[in-house]
Amino acid sequence: MAEIRITEVAKRFGSTTALHSIDLTIADREFLVLLGASGCGKTTLLRIVAGLETATTGEVHIGGKRVDTLAPKDRGIAMVFQNYAVFPHLTVFENIAFGLRMENMAQQEVDRRVNRTAELMHIEALVKRYSGQLSGGQRQRVAVARALAMEPAVILMDEPLSNLDALLRMEMRAELKSVLAESDTTTIYVTHDQVEAMSMADRIAIMQGGRIVQAASPVEVYRNPAAHFVGSFIGNPPMNFLTAKNAGQGRWTVGGTTIDGPDSQQAELQFAIRPEDLHLGDGGFKATVVVIEPLGPHTLVACKVDDQMFRVILESDTKVSPNDVIGIVPQPDRVRWFDPETELAVVGRQAA
Amino acid sequence: MNRIASTITRPERHGVVGGEQRLVRIAFTTTVIVLCLWVLVPIWLLIANTFSTPEEVNGFPKRFFPSFDTESVEFFLGFYGVGKALWNSIVVATLTMIMSIGIGAPAGYALSRFEFRGKSTFRILVLMTRAFPLPLLALPMAVLFLRVGLDDTVFALALVHTTLALPFAVLITFSLFSGVPIELEEAAWTLGCTRLKAFRKVILPLVLPGISASAIFAFVVSWNEVFAAAVLTIEHRTLPAFLLQSLDVAPLHLKFAGGAMLVVPALIFIFMVRKYLFAMWGIANR
Repeated sequence: MAEIRITEVAKRFGSTTALHSIDLTIADREFLVLLGASGCGKTTLLRIVAGLETATTGEVHIGGKRVDTLAPKDRGIAMVFQNYAVFPHLTVFENIAFGLRMENMAQQEVDRRVNRTAELMHIEALVKRYSGQLSGGQRQRVAVARALAMEPAVILMDEPLSNLDALLRMEMRAELKSVLAESDTTTIYVTHDQVEAMSMADRIAIMQGGRIVQAASPVEVYRNPAAHFVGSFIGNPPMNFLTAKNAGQGRWTVGGTTIDGPDSQQAELQFAIRPEDLHLGDGGFKATVVVIEPLGPHTLVACKVDDQMFRVILESDTKVSPNDVIGIVPQPDRVRWFDPETELAVVGRQAA
Repeated sequence: MNRIASTITRPERHGVVGGEQRLVRIAFTTTVIVLCLWVLVPIWLLIANTFSTPEEVNGFPKRFFPSFDTESVEFFLGFYGVGKALWNSIVVATLTMIMSIGIGAPAGYALSRFEFRGKSTFRILVLMTRAFPLPLLALPMAVLFLRVGLDDTVFALALVHTTLALPFAVLITFSLFSGVPIELEEAAWTLGCTRLKAFRKVILPLVLPGISASAIFAFVVSWNEVFAAAVLTIEHRTLPAFLLQSLDVAPLHLKFAGGAMLVVPALIFIFMVRKYLFAMWGIANR
C-alpha cells in the first residue's frame, strides 16, 4: 500500500524556479512516467520524492506518511540511477545484498532474496563478478536487481535505459515492464523518450518548464493532448497545426476550405490533427507536396498548406510527386482545436 | 572553409615544417636527457659514495659501480644520536601524516561535495599557504611555542610540518573524492545508509589507496624538512636537523652515508605514490 501524494511541491535554485507548485497523486502499484525535455524539472521532482533534494515548499506523502522531512533511507523507496551507480568495490552479489545488509537481515534471507532477484533479472551467472567486468546492460540489470531486492513500496527510476544502445533498450523496456508489473511496487519513471513513456506507463505526466501540463493514460495524451506542447511533443511525426480563421457560427476557414469547429468568438484558433488521421480526397485542404518519404508500411508526405508545414501519412502505394497539388481530408472526429494564446485545448462542438 | 584552406596549404609547407619538427624533436630529447641527468647523477653519486670505502670517496676518478663497502653506513648508524634522531623523525613524520589526513581529508571531501560561499577563494587560500617562506612562519611559531610551553617538542614540530603538508593533503583528497561519482553515495543513502555510513561503506573503500598515497606524501614532506626542525628543536632533533648540525664537520664519506639515509626512503615513498601525485597536479591545473 503505497500511494504517493505530492502536494504543492515547488523548488527554487536561487532566482530560477525549477518546479512551480506541483500537485500529483500516484496510485498504489501504478506505473507513472514523468516525461519531458531536459531541464523541465522531471528529475528534480523525482529526487525530491527520493529525498536527495529538498523541496522549497510543499509536502510529499508515501503510503499516508509524510516523508519530505525524512532521510532517503527512511522513506521506503529504492532508486535506479541513470549511470547505474553499481558499487565498483563489491561483487554483484554484495551489490544486490547491500541494502539488505544495512537492515541486518539474516544471511539465509539475504541469499534467498539475492538469488531470486538475480534470477529475475537474468544475472545469476554474474553474481561473483565486479562492476568493471560487466557490460552496460548487465550493470543496469544489477542496479534494478539491487532495488528490487529491497522489496520496496516505491521504485524510482531516473532515465534507467538512456545509456543503453537502441536494441538493448527495447529489450530491457519490455522486461522492466513485466518485472515491475509482477511486483507490488508503485513506480515513478523519469524519461525524455516518448516511446519508452508510451510503451511502459499506466499514466504519463508530461512536464514543461517546471509544470505538469497533462497527466493521463498514454492513449489519452496521444489522442486528446491538453495543450499544444503535448501534441507537438508526443508522436513522431508530431501533430499538425494550422491557423484557422473564424467564419462565424462555429465555422472555421483553414487550408482553403471551411469546416465545423468550436463555437468561439475568437478571431483565430489552432486547428490540429495527427498525420495518420488524414486521407486523400476532394474537398479537403489544398496541399503542395514538398518531400515524399516511403517508410514501408506507409508513406510520409510532407507538404505545405497555407504556406505552413503539414505532414500526412498515406498508403505506401499512393502515387504523388513533389510539387503536386493534392486534396487531403481530415477525419472529423480526430480534429482538435487549441487556443493560440493560452496554447490549451479548446473543447467544443466537434465537426459532425 | 578553414579546413579546406589548411589541406591546400599543408603540402606546400610540408618541407619547411618537417625541418622545424626535427629541430624541435632534437631540442626536446636533449632537454629530457639533461633533466634526467640533473636528477639522476647526484643520486648516483650519493649512493655510489655511500657504498664506497673512505679512500675511494676521496679519490678520483670514480668507479661506476661502487665496491659495496658498508663501513661508512655501519659507522654512521652506530654514531651517537643517530638512532634517536631517526626515531624522532619517524614520530614527527607519523604525527604529521595523521594530522594532515585527519584535517585535510574532511576539507577535501567538503570541497568536492558541497557548494558554499567562497569555495574557490578557499581553494586558492589553501595553495597560498605554500607561498609563505618557512623562515617567516617558523620564527613567530618558535616564540609562540615558547609561550605555550610546546617548545622543543616533537609535537610542535609535527604541527609546523602539518601546515606544510596540509595543502597537498586537501588538494589530493579533493581530487580523490571528486573521482567518486556522487550517485554511488546517493545510491547508498537510498539503500539504507546514513551519510556517515555511506561514507564508510562506499566512499572510503574506493579512496583508501589514494588516501594512503596522500598520507605517505605528508610523511615525506615532514621527513625531508630541515629548516623548521633545526630552528624549533634542540634536544629532540629530527634526522635532517641532526645531520645539518653534526655532519657539518664530519668526513666526506659520513656525509654521503647520512645523505643517503635521508634521501633513499623519501625516494622510495614518492616512487610508490607517483600515480596519485600526477593526479594532484592535474587537479591543481584545473
